[in-house]
Amino acid sequence: MKEAKVIEMDEVAIRFSGDSGDGMQLTGTLFSDASALLGNDISTFPDYPAEIRAPQGTVGGVSGFQVQFGQKEVNTPGDYAHVLVAMNPAAVKANAKFMKPGGTIIYDKDAFNEKNFRKANFTTDDPFTELNLIDYVKIGVPITELTQESLKDLGLDNKSILRSKNMFALGLVCWMFNRPLDYIEEFITSKFSSKPTVVQANMRVLHAGYNYGMNLQHMTPRYMINPAPIEPGLYRNINGNQATAWGLLAASEKSGRPLFIGSYPITPATEILQTLAERKDLGVKSFQAEDEIAGITTALGASFAGHLAVTSTSGPGFALKSEAIGLGVMAELPLVVVNVQRGGPSTGLPTKTEQSDLLQALYGRNGESPVAVIAASTPSDCFWYAFTAARIAMERMVPVVLLTDGFLGNGSEPWKIPSMADLPDIHPRIAKNPGNYKPYERDGNTLSRSWAFPGSEGFAHRIGGLEKNITGNVSHDPDNHQKNCEIREAKVQRIVDMIPDLDVYGDPEGDVLLVGWGGTFGHMISTVRELRRKGKNVSLAHFNYIKPLPANTGEVFRRFKKILVCEINLGQFVAYLRDKLPGFTYYQYNKVKGLPFTVQELEDAVTKLLEA
Amino acid sequence: MNEFNYTVKDFKSENEVRWCPGCGDYAIMNAIQRVMAEMGIAHKDFAVISGIGCSSRFPYYMSTYGFHTIHGRATAVASGVRCANPDLNVWVITGDGDSMAIGGNHFIHLVRRNINLNVIIFNNKIYGLTKGQYSPTTEKGFKSKTSPFGTIEEPFNSGQLVIGAGGTFFARSIDGNIKLSQEVFGEAALHEGTSIVEVLQNCMIYNHGVHDLITDPAYRAERQLMLKQGEPMRFGEDNRKGIVLEKGKLKVVTVGENGITPEDILVHDASDPDPSIHLALIRMHLPEFPVALGVIRKVAAPTYDREMKEQILRIQENRKIKNMDDLLRSGNTWEVKDNGFSNGREK
Repeated sequence: MKEAKVIEMDEVAIRFSGDSGDGMQLTGTLFSDASALLGNDISTFPDYPAEIRAPQGTVGGVSGFQVQFGQKEVNTPGDYAHVLVAMNPAAVKANAKFMKPGGTIIYDKDAFNEKNFRKANFTTDDPFTELNLIDYVKIGVPITELTQESLKDLGLDNKSILRSKNMFALGLVCWMFNRPLDYIEEFITSKFSSKPTVVQANMRVLHAGYNYGMNLQHMTPRYMINPAPIEPGLYRNINGNQATAWGLLAASEKSGRPLFIGSYPITPATEILQTLAERKDLGVKSFQAEDEIAGITTALGASFAGHLAVTSTSGPGFALKSEAIGLGVMAELPLVVVNVQRGGPSTGLPTKTEQSDLLQALYGRNGESPVAVIAASTPSDCFWYAFTAARIAMERMVPVVLLTDGFLGNGSEPWKIPSMADLPDIHPRIAKNPGNYKPYERDGNTLSRSWAFPGSEGFAHRIGGLEKNITGNVSHDPDNHQKNCEIREAKVQRIVDMIPDLDVYGDPEGDVLLVGWGGTFGHMISTVRELRRKGKNVSLAHFNYIKPLPANTGEVFRRFKKILVCEINLGQFVAYLRDKLPGFTYYQYNKVKGLPFTVQELEDAVTKLLEA
Repeated sequence: MNEFNYTVKDFKSENEVRWCPGCGDYAIMNAIQRVMAEMGIAHKDFAVISGIGCSSRFPYYMSTYGFHTIHGRATAVASGVRCANPDLNVWVITGDGDSMAIGGNHFIHLVRRNINLNVIIFNNKIYGLTKGQYSPTTEKGFKSKTSPFGTIEEPFNSGQLVIGAGGTFFARSIDGNIKLSQEVFGEAALHEGTSIVEVLQNCMIYNHGVHDLITDPAYRAERQLMLKQGEPMRFGEDNRKGIVLEKGKLKVVTVGENGITPEDILVHDASDPDPSIHLALIRMHLPEFPVALGVIRKVAAPTYDREMKEQILRIQENRKIKNMDDLLRSGNTWEVKDNGFSNGREK
């Protein structure tokens, strides 16, 4: 037997793609988990259509899942895939543009037929030539036929048989990348424990795919990706939505305040509600409300009653919550509003990522309505920023908006599991002196009021949405209103004493400072590393704290000749910076395609600026 | 009297009440404060939540915990309060516009969930605080500032919404009848579940006399049917009239005429799970029928807030994950050893 060609690589990106019903998300997730368990660093990017089952075989119905894994630190799912798994011609058409030149395409030969060529709007019977994919390694595998063959004696109907096709592809890719099957086997066994035939079918097809790769070694190159040097400790794989939910749970435990989430399902934020709904064991009260407004207003009610109150949503739902966020500002109640941003405006691109709700978070309410705004920057650090959002809310009696996005929410990476003992304590500002309680009496340093809940003796009080005086009574006094508007703003600004200084990756001074915020961190840091490797004098300042800004922001900016602000929108953070820190010239790089940045395009933008 | 010996005064705040002179709201507040004083519940455990509108200024006039929220959302905010702390006695003060126009969605979903709240709807069939526009309970054809030629829409009947949403408690009172209000508020407060009480309330300025046909003392006996659990539905001078069920429909009869005996008169059963007679009573209107007052429907059913609490307790009995450290370490994890490289998976 001929030995397979073995290619050793630092990192590889694979994109699994097929019809939305082909199980590509599961295939990708299982492969990623298996890779993480093997010790690779990984970064994932599910890229799926808004329709649950778009017409079969069409380009619009293609669901993709990209994972990059490597033997060094992996910060992005990869600009381009080295390997594409395509279950039909439409998948090739939809994903050709995400392929690295010369990459490998593994496709289901049986699905490459006349009917599917037409459905994917190919005009010829040679999709590869038509897409000009000449220099690629194309490996046609009769996946459908071999799946049917391996299951023929199980007595399953054809539909059930075809549903196992993805396991064949997974088995084959596992062989190519030298992944053991044990984790996947365990998953199948426990997932379908009540359906032994399904377990048997999936196992058989998985092994059939793996063995197919082994037996036809001459066809498929084999890749070696060694484990990455990673800080020692206990790890797990986590996506941004789960990390967000867990961060909130951690804040609940640290603060001693029970967690209440009032929320309404919305893509791509729903998983936060789902994850918390599972945690009745930790006492979570999850309330699936009748709409977005009830989501946040039930949460405000729970906050009034002394709970850590949370509502989770995405852009359109965030818009619906605006008035109630204003009530939270006026009533000065702790509240965490998570916005997992997606493409907008209106319904926009529900399953695609964007950073275009920043100005909505900062300003999208009536009146002078300041809230704290913070943003997570990787799937796993959603945990820390959700925890911090809750901490700020409860210690400073203010609504906090946590911005994540579809890319972070759905994307996953290995995460070194923290110990609860390592997290900072949270001290909710609970009122202490019964009998003389004034709801709007403020702490001199933080300007925050104290929190008293119904059921506590000696603290009965009234609050509400009307402007008020220190006792909570309504006040229409002009001077009082001006004073309170200024205090509410100053209260948010004083949160600056809770947040760390802005870090600079790279030299503290130089030619170009790349500035980013939120979910673009992986691409930004990879760009800076790449450019510095090439000898460019480039650094990165990445923001997690937007309002207030870190105290040293101006100082950091002053040390660079040029500042390039990169965002997945048309320039929202840069507009905010121009307002808050005038006196600098801000260059900007913006993209709004519903897609993350690529490292390549960022590199090009910086290079252009350096040459200008 | 109870262990607390509260009086009405204990529930009044120091704030000057600013409803218009003669407004029906005063009497309603008075009745609520009397009920609170007599319930045997600690003052600290009351919370009064309101939305927007004249009636919604209510919490500021109470000495209890209070939250004056935003238009239409009091029911949702109160749901959060009660779910967070099911030991509280939570009241929602709302109007016809607040509850059934801008807050209509929250209203029906509250009723559907049966969260233990006492909702008092001040129904004056007009928008008072914005100075006289028609509301979702305004009679069709009514001329107001926004319907100068008369409205062209049918009104809501709050009781019908309650029945439609599967409600467990509905009562109706009149602002001026403090005794009746006290009775039904008391029952509402004791009912385990969402209690909706519609109070026919007079707006002195923008809809004065809207309920006069019903409330006019000269015709009270003829036009009001006071429902009492287990008692026949009798009304009129000397209780001569009554309600019977004929061919599936309610009908007004006179006892002693056409062979009608007292035994023919329907006996009120608010606890009947079948809502059909309750609905028929709710729909009765002048001039064909008297208007039904008192507790029309009161049936036992599980409440959302208790079930939420009990589900958590049940799951916690056998929980594997007892704290965050357990959760963080649950499921698939792996250990990276201190050699710069992972040693692969370990359990």
